[in-house]
Amino acid sequence: MMERARTVLDSRKAPDARVAAREFVAQVGRDAAFQLEACVHCGQCADACHFHLTSGDPRHTPVYKLQPMAKAYERASAPFAALRRALGLAPAELTAAELHEWSGLLYDSCNLCGRCTLVCPMGIDIAGLVRQAREGMAAGGFAPADLYKAAERALETGSPIGLRWPALKRQIELQERETGLRVPVDAEGAEYMVVLTSIEIIGFAESIGALARIFRQAGATWTIPSAGFEATNVGVQMGSRDVAAELLGRIVEAAERLKVKYVVSPECGHAYSALRWEGPNLLGRRYAFEVVQIAELLDRLVSEGRLRLRGKDARRLTFHDPCQLVRRGGITEAPRRLMDGVAANCVEMPGSGAASFCCGGGGGVSAIHRAEALRFAAFACKKAQIEATGAEALVTACANCRNVLEEAIEHEGMTLPVLGLTELVAQYLEDETRPG
Amino acid sequence: MGLLEFARGPALWSSVAVLIAGSLWRVAGILRLGAAPDLSEPRDTRLLAGAMRGILARMVPRTEFRRRAKLGVWNGYVYHVGLAVIVFGYLPHIHFAERLAGLAWPPLPEPVVYLFAGLTIVSLLVALMERLTDPVRRLLSGFDDYFSWFVVMLPLATGMIAIHQSYAPGAVPAPPLDPLPLAVHLLSVELLLAWLPFGKLAHAFLAFASRGVTGAALARKGAPL
Repeated sequence: MMERARTVLDSRKAPDARVAAREFVAQVGRDAAFQLEACVHCGQCADACHFHLTSGDPRHTPVYKLQPMAKAYERASAPFAALRRALGLAPAELTAAELHEWSGLLYDSCNLCGRCTLVCPMGIDIAGLVRQAREGMAAGGFAPADLYKAAERALETGSPIGLRWPALKRQIELQERETGLRVPVDAEGAEYMVVLTSIEIIGFAESIGALARIFRQAGATWTIPSAGFEATNVGVQMGSRDVAAELLGRIVEAAERLKVKYVVSPECGHAYSALRWEGPNLLGRRYAFEVVQIAELLDRLVSEGRLRLRGKDARRLTFHDPCQLVRRGGITEAPRRLMDGVAANCVEMPGSGAASFCCGGGGGVSAIHRAEALRFAAFACKKAQIEATGAEALVTACANCRNVLEEAIEHEGMTLPVLGLTELVAQYLEDETRPG
Repeated sequence: MGLLEFARGPALWSSVAVLIAGSLWRVAGILRLGAAPDLSEPRDTRLLAGAMRGILARMVPRTEFRRRAKLGVWNGYVYHVGLAVIVFGYLPHIHFAERLAGLAWPPLPEPVVYLFAGLTIVSLLVALMERLTDPVRRLLSGFDDYFSWFVVMLPLATGMIAIHQSYAPGAVPAPPLDPLPLAVHLLSVELLLAWLPFGKLAHAFLAFASRGVTGAALARKGAPL
C-alpha cells in the first residue's frame, strides 16, 4: 500500500494526461455515470457555490469543474462512446495544459462542501464527483504541489505538517499539568480511542485537556495511540485512495492493536468523512470498531446523563456547521443540542444546517497556498451569514474550520472569537474541579 | 406512399424503435459499469425510501435556495407543464394515441391548450435566451443543449402550423385536405423521439436514476436531501 501511495506522489514529477484520463474513466461507475449523464446544464449549482458567488467567474460553476472527467468518460466508456468515436464525434483526448488549468478549478475553488449537490435539480452529487475527479488529477500528477508535499510528509511522519509523536507527547504532558488529569496513552482495552488532527495538537491543544475532563466525568476509559494518532487525511483531500488508505490503515491498526470499542473522530470534518464513510471502502473491509464523531459522542453522553452540564455561556453565540459533519455527514442535531446545553443565547445563521456556507478552507483548500486569495474572497458568503446573527462569538466542531475562520476573520479586520464545541462543553461540566 | 403515410407508418415506428432501443442501450451501458458495495456502517438502512425522497425532493428547490433562484428555474416548470398539457390535453393528440394504442381520455378545452401552447413557446424562447446570454449557461452549453432545444421547439412550431389546416367533413382523425403540415409535424415529433435517448433530453428518465442514487447515498449517511 505504501509503495502504491509513493507512486502517486511520484506522478507530479512527470504529469501525464493519459494516466489522469484512465483514472477518470475508472472512477465513473454506475452511480457516477447516471449523474454525469443526467446533467442538463441548467447552471443552478453556480448559485450555490460560494466561489462562484464571490468571483462571478463562470468557470467556478461546480459542474463545469467536472468537465475533464466527463469528457474522458464520454470518450472511453459511456454507452455511445464507440459510436461517437467511429463518427468522429467523441470529445478530444485530454491534454496536460487543460488539466493544469482544471487543477485550479478542482482544488483551489472547491471545498467539497456539497452545497451544489443540495441544489442540483437532477440530484447530481457534484461534490462527490469532484472528490472522484481528484483521483484522476492526483494520479496524473495534476494535484497542487502543496498537497503532494503534505501527503509526502504525512506518509513519512504521519502528519501533513510533519508533526511526530514527541510533539504530541509534550502537548499531552502540558495538558496533564494544566488539568491535573492523566491522559492515557496506548491503553489496551480502553473503550474509546481518540485520534487528533495536527491543527488541534498545535493550535488548540486545550481540546486534549477538555477530553480528559469529559471522559473523567463520563467514567469512560479512553486512550490516545502513540502511533496512528493523526486523523487528518490528506489522501482524501488530494484525491488519492492509495495515500488515504495508507494513512487510514495506521488508525485502524492502532484501534485493533489496542482492542478499543470506539474510535472517536475529532473536531475535523474531513477526518470524519475519511474515517467514517470512506475508510472501510478504501481498505476493502468493515471495521472491528465503531467510529463516533466527538459531537455525537458528547451528545450521547449528555443524553445518557453521563455528562452533566452546569451554567451557560451568556454571550450571543452562533454555530458554524462544518460541511463534512452536517451537510455531508448527517450530524446536524447533535451539535445544536450541545449548544443549547451550554449557551444561553444561541442564534442560528440564515441557512444554517443544510445550506450553511463553508468556511472556505475545506477540501484541502486551506493547505493550498496559491488558493489563499480565492479563499479569503469566498469567505464573504460565510461572513454575511455570521453577521446576520449579530453573534459575539462563533462556535464550531472542526479545528480546520476554526483555524480558517480565525484567519479570515483577522483578514477581514473583524473581532470575533472562534470557539471549539468540545472545549465549550468541557467548560460547563458540573463538578468541574481544577487542580489546586 | 405519400409523405403523411410515411410519417404515420415507417417513420413513426422507426423513431419509436430508436427511442426504445437507444434508451435501453443507454441505461444498460450505464448499469454495466457496476457499483462496488459500500462497506461503511449505514446510519440509516432505508435506502429505497431515501431514493424516493431524493426523486421527489428535487422537484422543487429547497427553501434556502428559492430566494436566489433565477428566472430559468421557474421557467423550467412553465415549459415542462406546458408540454404535458399540449401532449396529453389536446384532442388530436388523444386521437393519435387512441389510433396507436387504443387509449383515450377526456381532452382539455381547446382555448386552454392554445394558451399553454403560447406560454410554452414563449417559455422555450426565454430558456434559449437565458442559455445564450447567461455566462454560466453559455459556458456549459454545447451542440447537444441547443439541438435538444431545437427538437423540442420544432414540433411546437410545426404543430401550430398544422392547427389551421382544413379537414374533410367528418371526424378529426380523417386525413386533412392538405397532408403536408401534418406530415411535417409528425416527422418533427419523430425527430424528437429518435434524438431523445442520445442527448440531454434523456434526462426524462436519467433524472430519476440520478436523484435516486444520490437520495439513497445521502439517506445512508443521514444527511439532508
